[in-house]
Amino acid sequence: MTTMPMVRALNAGLKQAMADDAKVLLMGEDVGALGGVFRVTEGLQAEFGDQRVLDTPLAESGIVGAAIGLALRGYRPVCEIQFDGFVYPAFDQITSQLAKITNRHQGRLSMPIVIRIPYGGHIGAVEHHQESPETLFAHTAGLRVVSPSTPNDAYWMIQQSIASNDPVVFFEPKGRYWPKGEVDLARPALDLHASRVVRTGTDATLIGYGPMVSVLLAAAEVAAEEGRSLEVVDVRSLSPIDWQPIVASVEKTGRAIVAHEASGFLGLGAEIAATVTERAFYSLEAPVLRVTGFDIPFPPARLEKLHLPDADRVLDAVDRAFAY
Amino acid sequence: MADSPAVSVLDEHGAFRPTAAAEPYADRAASVTTEQKLRFLTDMVETRAFDVAAANLQRQGHLALWVSSWGQEAAQVGSARATRPQDTVFPAYREHAVGMIRGLDPLAIVRLLRGVAHGTWDPAESGNFQHYCLVLGSQTLHATGFAMGVQFDGATATGDPERDEAVIVYLGDGATSQGDSNEALVFAASYRTPQVFFIQNNHWAISVPVERQSRVPLAQRASGFGMPGVRIDGNDVLAAYAVTGSMLDAARSGEGPGLIEALTYRIGGHSSSDDPTKYRAEEELQRWALLDPILRLRRHLEVEGVGAEVFDGIDARAADLAADVRRRTLELTEPPVASMFEHVYAEPHPLMDEQLRWLQDYEASFGGDR
Ligand SMILES: Cc1ncc(C[n+]2csc(CCOP(=O)(O)OP(=O)(O)O)c2C)c(N)n1
Ligand SMILES: [Mg+2]
Repeated sequence: MTTMPMVRALNAGLKQAMADDAKVLLMGEDVGALGGVFRVTEGLQAEFGDQRVLDTPLAESGIVGAAIGLALRGYRPVCEIQFDGFVYPAFDQITSQLAKITNRHQGRLSMPIVIRIPYGGHIGAVEHHQESPETLFAHTAGLRVVSPSTPNDAYWMIQQSIASNDPVVFFEPKGRYWPKGEVDLARPALDLHASRVVRTGTDATLIGYGPMVSVLLAAAEVAAEEGRSLEVVDVRSLSPIDWQPIVASVEKTGRAIVAHEASGFLGLGAEIAATVTERAFYSLEAPVLRVTGFDIPFPPARLEKLHLPDADRVLDAVDRAFAY
Repeated sequence: MADSPAVSVLDEHGAFRPTAAAEPYADRAASVTTEQKLRFLTDMVETRAFDVAAANLQRQGHLALWVSSWGQEAAQVGSARATRPQDTVFPAYREHAVGMIRGLDPLAIVRLLRGVAHGTWDPAESGNFQHYCLVLGSQTLHATGFAMGVQFDGATATGDPERDEAVIVYLGDGATSQGDSNEALVFAASYRTPQVFFIQNNHWAISVPVERQSRVPLAQRASGFGMPGVRIDGNDVLAAYAVTGSMLDAARSGEGPGLIEALTYRIGGHSSSDDPTKYRAEEELQRWALLDPILRLRRHLEVEGVGAEVFDGIDARAADLAADVRRRTLELTEPPVASMFEHVYAEPHPLMDEQLRWLQDYEASFGGDR
């Protein structure tokens, strides 16, 4: 066990994956000498050279399209998209090509590409720097989508994603880059696509992923002081979703609240609410409620606090779930 | 690559010595009056003062981010002063001088980077200075489509330069690699739009040197798309003014688009979040700092006989402008909650009303102590 922030855990995970497999490449804007604008790739170009850590020309479609070519040639590229809002120039390559090539080749080859995207709010940035576009990718068949919430998960999930033969869109909660957490360098706790109960409770289940998990845990802490016992599930993998722990939790508590920063309309919360309703209908004491960002463009920095779900908003939903 | 011939009119010491490449523009540059040059100097000094004030405000927590134009003032001022009132300007995100010259209140830029709203000015009331565009290269296509519209409207190439419209779009060296930028050049050449692509090659795209984007001078790319490309000394305000004016007037007279590559340097970090010592050499910075565009024009004007009191007056007015921006920034109030839900759509949308009402009720439930 060692303690480090998520940025360092990702850095260590990438370094390990590169040491384990000479075909693993990192590519993106500013990932070389600078080590990425968040320093996730710091020191890796110095260690592995500029043919394994590529500062690419400035074009996201180019990054992903070229990664596809490299994968066809046997490489395992890990692409960094600098910020969530800048993935869209690559959207065509990701959804029309990357997601479909395995299917087109009838399984004769695969696309072991990871696309790392720092996402979400809490950093008070300007437009395009705080978005949560995970649903767009989770909605696309052929892509796997994951998001760690802790340094330990970040360390292991990045390596598991690189080892996956499918394309993985890897959403890094940038607002959680700096808090430290324990990392077990010896062995992974879980499968890449497993969801996990991170706090046990009996009265209601809070469901979230990535940046929301710490908010849900804080809400559960406050609720405990008020005599309410909340269970928290970290979904971890947004496609596929590991339903069993989620459904089992709701069957136990009878109430579920799903939270994410992304807009609510057609967000992952809708999918989770629908599936939980289908699978745990007879256990539910209340409808599954959603706590999400509003259905607006991510607001300017001065207003972001009102947009992002916080522990109070989660607890407000818990109260409503108990009012049924 | 930096050695390929560039149009330069003022040498490093501010002497009027056009290079061979400047020959077609020398008359235009020579006809700039002392009064105009003082205007250019004022623009540059004011922009620098504004930049410093805004960077300080950012450091003190009043802005979310600051992107500086330090070092690039000549490219911006020269090109902007070459536009005509009827022209439309599509900036990237550090064209503060261009905005101010077009009539934009610099506080609007401060409000944008403070994070008050995503668009803080009305281009129609700011000299047709369109919004900043943070997604690299996107604006180039918008400019091209706008220029197509100008053409379809018959608002250009009538033979009257006082009325004929043209469009100028700014982009960085890094942004030239984006698909959008290349598509814009294809469209512009295809439709022969009345448009100038103005690339500020400040040698860096955050930490990535321009050599990663192009093995040839960016100006040279233009010919492959089917339009003229001219490389200029971007720290020479007269070169920027003369070449941009000439290309804009060609565009407005129906000769089609052109591209300018202005060689300049980003003296500061990429933004207030950046630490350039991580990736670039101090000597390079020092070399460019000596080529400061403000210093160069000032030396030129000194030789023309402008007295110290004139420069002092310019400096004093710039200091006043900066102080005024600072004062007005500190007076800014928080944006209203409702503004998040306003103008997401042009027409009423039920979710906006519903969610605003929900949020207002929710906030009220805390009785104002949140
Ligand atoms: C599509 C897109 N990708 C990435 C970014 C992040 N980013 C912001 S500025 C920048 C470098 C831009 O360099 P350049 O075009 O040379 O302009 P400069 O900042 O030097 O003026 C990058 C990578 C972005 N804004 N948009
Ligand atoms: Mg640049």
